Amino acid sequence: MSFRNLPLAEIQEPDKSNLFTPEIRESIEASIAKYPPEWRQSAVMPALSIVQDANGGWLTRELMNEVAAYLDMPAMSVYEVATFYGMYDLEPQGRHKVCVCNSISCLLNGSEALIEHIEHKYQVKPGETTRDGRFTFKEVECLGACRHAPAVLLDKVYHENLSPESLDKLIDDLE
Amino acid sequence: MTDKINIEIDGHVCEAAPGEMIIAVADRAGITIPRFCYHKKLSIAANCRMCLVEAEQGGRPFPKPVPACATPVGEGLKVWTRSPKAIEAQRGTMEFLLINHPLDCPICDQGGECELQDVAMGYGGDVSRFAERKRVVMDEDLGPLIATDMTRCIHCTRCVRFGAEIAGVREMGATGRGEDMRIGTFVAHTVSHELSGNVIDLCPVGALTSKPYRFSARPWELIGRDGIAPHDGLGSNLRLHVRGNRIMRVHPNDNEAVNETWISDRDRFSYAGLYGDDRLTAPMVKQDGAWRAVEWTEALTLVAERLKAADAEDMGWLMAPNATLEELYLAQRIARALGCPNIDHRLRQQDFSGDAVDPILPWLGVPVGELELQRGLLLVGSDIRQEQPLLAHRIRKAALAGARVFSVNPLTLDLNHEATQFVGTPARMLDDLAAIAKALGVGGSSAIRARIAASEPNEAHSAAAASLAEAGGLGAALILLGALAAAHPDYTALKALAQAIAEATRGRLGYLPSAANSVGAYLAGAHPGVRSGAKPAERLGLSTAAMLDQSRKTLVLWGLEPDLDLMDPTRAMAACSNADFVVACSAFQSPALQAAADVLLPIGAFAETSGTFVNASGTWQSFQGAVPPPGEARPGWKVLRVLGNLLDLPGFEYRDGAEIRDELAALCADASFDNSPRGDFMPAGQAIDSGLTRIGTVPIQALDGLVRRAPALRGVRMPGSEFAVYLHPDQAQAEGIGLGDRVLVRQEGGSTEATVMLDARLPMGCARIPAGVPGSEGLGSLIGPVGLERLTDSAATGEK
Repeated sequence: MSFRNLPLAEIQEPDKSNLFTPEIRESIEASIAKYPPEWRQSAVMPALSIVQDANGGWLTRELMNEVAAYLDMPAMSVYEVATFYGMYDLEPQGRHKVCVCNSISCLLNGSEALIEHIEHKYQVKPGETTRDGRFTFKEVECLGACRHAPAVLLDKVYHENLSPESLDKLIDDLE
Repeated sequence: MTDKINIEIDGHVCEAAPGEMIIAVADRAGITIPRFCYHKKLSIAANCRMCLVEAEQGGRPFPKPVPACATPVGEGLKVWTRSPKAIEAQRGTMEFLLINHPLDCPICDQGGECELQDVAMGYGGDVSRFAERKRVVMDEDLGPLIATDMTRCIHCTRCVRFGAEIAGVREMGATGRGEDMRIGTFVAHTVSHELSGNVIDLCPVGALTSKPYRFSARPWELIGRDGIAPHDGLGSNLRLHVRGNRIMRVHPNDNEAVNETWISDRDRFSYAGLYGDDRLTAPMVKQDGAWRAVEWTEALTLVAERLKAADAEDMGWLMAPNATLEELYLAQRIARALGCPNIDHRLRQQDFSGDAVDPILPWLGVPVGELELQRGLLLVGSDIRQEQPLLAHRIRKAALAGARVFSVNPLTLDLNHEATQFVGTPARMLDDLAAIAKALGVGGSSAIRARIAASEPNEAHSAAAASLAEAGGLGAALILLGALAAAHPDYTALKALAQAIAEATRGRLGYLPSAANSVGAYLAGAHPGVRSGAKPAERLGLSTAAMLDQSRKTLVLWGLEPDLDLMDPTRAMAACSNADFVVACSAFQSPALQAAADVLLPIGAFAETSGTFVNASGTWQSFQGAVPPPGEARPGWKVLRVLGNLLDLPGFEYRDGAEIRDELAALCADASFDNSPRGDFMPAGQAIDSGLTRIGTVPIQALDGLVRRAPALRGVRMPGSEFAVYLHPDQAQAEGIGLGDRVLVRQEGGSTEATVMLDARLPMGCARIPAGVPGSEGLGSLIGPVGLERLTDSAATGEK
């Protein structure tokens, strides 16, 4: 939501050097540099991704607060972004994320079968992690890969034209 | 300004400014368009889609219905709000909005005044086609004022926008997506903001309702009566909702020149103070230490006899600054007719040495509406958000529009906008002002010349001076003196410096009135140096401080509690016990009043009397009594009228309050608001103690007896409003005390125990100890030397 009559920034912590590690700061800065200087908060999505990756695939409230402080924005605005998008997780995750697309093209081309297969074989419901912690199974909205449906996002890599068997093989390869 | 254009809405030609939204033009023309998310004081969200209308421009129809709240008007625009296409779009939106909305109107507090209910009557279907399960949402705990039922929320986001744009705290937001979207704080915490109650009015459904009012009445049982808020100097316009003889709740009335469409929580919830069990309901007389309820005639005859017999010179009248204009006027008429010039309403002021040259009618300096147009503002001694919540909002608007705000205060203010704050001890406040004055090149009158010459402006002072001078050049600089300035031991020097800065910057000087009728008190003449009509009195009477210092034989207390409403509670209680005869006119009883007074006369409180308040910018606002006073209590002006008759004073034959007001208005015909002093301020040069100084702030819900008694407001934990000793962590360390320690607080003659809290917003050398709250009664001046003594264990407590 936009608040057009408000100043852009809400400075909570002028000294950013205590936030995150130097490496994380450097990669967030690289994202911030893509936007005008008074629009630091434009980098909220890459910043959340960077911080989430560094934290084993999920975000804590403290991390979101830190992102808010780093980008001079209200914490509430960061919560709004982090809860809106499916790629941010607010609970501990497995070592890998298996994200099966459940939108229309994939559904027509058999993603329902993929979902049932995973639920049955690995005994996980969408949003749950296997008992051995190997992966978290997520149902996600359109991945934008309709041409080769059904598609699955495995961590950061797209896999397309999948059947239950080919998906099994991919999962078997996960450590 | 660009020219006006004409557009057509439903066949009516309407005048509009280019760029205005359709809905604003329609509202002005009285054409109703249903809406939920649109609010004229908030940014446009266009997310409820209820205001869809059909439109065409220049003969070309828009392909789809457009949201009236987010479609700017242009030449040749034609709008149809009731065409089949528009109605179909609106019905469609309505059906979607009702999908997840519970059908619990019979048990919903909003029922009968619900925007969704009303619009559903017009646009909703009879039967829902939605057979699936409805969404259920966990409630939020937003504190003791706002009740939540988040399942009813339709995501209009008005409350979210209010928080971000008006309150300046981005506490609420919309988390989640689609079906899972929730409005809330996400990190369960209560909302503590002085304007938070406005979300109750903003919420179009029953998701956010008033907790104190909840389930106690239905809107169709209520009668609305107009009123004026009796607390801060703004005089917010109120709508009092009355059932029978009881005020059930308070809503704002729109008045763009005063409160826009908001009211503070203090104005909204203080009404509940009327219904405590400590109302004074019958005249009482103390005989041999025992209180006895008597008839009015007996009480008033006794008072009249004692007043007539008393030495008028040895009499003192202390008037609450939120008494009505009529009460203040009649009281000073009686006092002066008896030959007593000692009447004052400045209860929390310490230094009166400027009385002879003070402006005769101090006011805000600008109309309230012009506060937001200032370009440079200097706040001197004012915790503005606590003292004047809605004036603080106007100042915030100025700051957001680019004004530079500076403050000179004995504590760091929790402001919701950019500001440069000079924080220091009361002595340091004078130095900061002198430094700003020096940076402006002010020589100053003899009294402050030495101080200015001795000061050394730093960069911040020079920057403040430059900003204020620049704003002053545009005719938009304002220097405001607040309640902490009035409580300052050298108020006169503060006024002299502020006046010098105002002159040098070509800015204006303004006084923030301490209460609802402070400005009115000058007009009425409830001031030792001012007679009615704001004219200098022939004979200067005694100020509040002098009356309490040189104990008076006879004291009249009007609408105040001597242990909580005065500068120095210890001295006030001592003055009352030294007096031979004390008559207290009050709406409430309290142990302190019973100890202090010999006669208690019950008067009507807020909303129980007709009257007039004159607000900060000099606007007269009259109101009628909305409910009768309880028991034998009577409106104050009637009590004074009868007293005047019993004293055989001429001209006390008023038939109604309006007659009194008109008489005073005639006297005020040539009164002009002017903040320039009538001579040079001659500060007494009060030596300010170099030891620890008490900073006695008056918390927002401790301003007066009514608001102190409102149970809902007592439950709000505004930061720093509890009675305690607040110290800077370093100061505490220097004193050898830590967080949570019990200490004995000593102030001239008085002492009390308190807990220590740490607050890094305070300067070194200061201890903030709130006034007006329970626990503070045994202390002395709001600002003055204080000693702290650590009580190591409970044995030490016993010694006291």
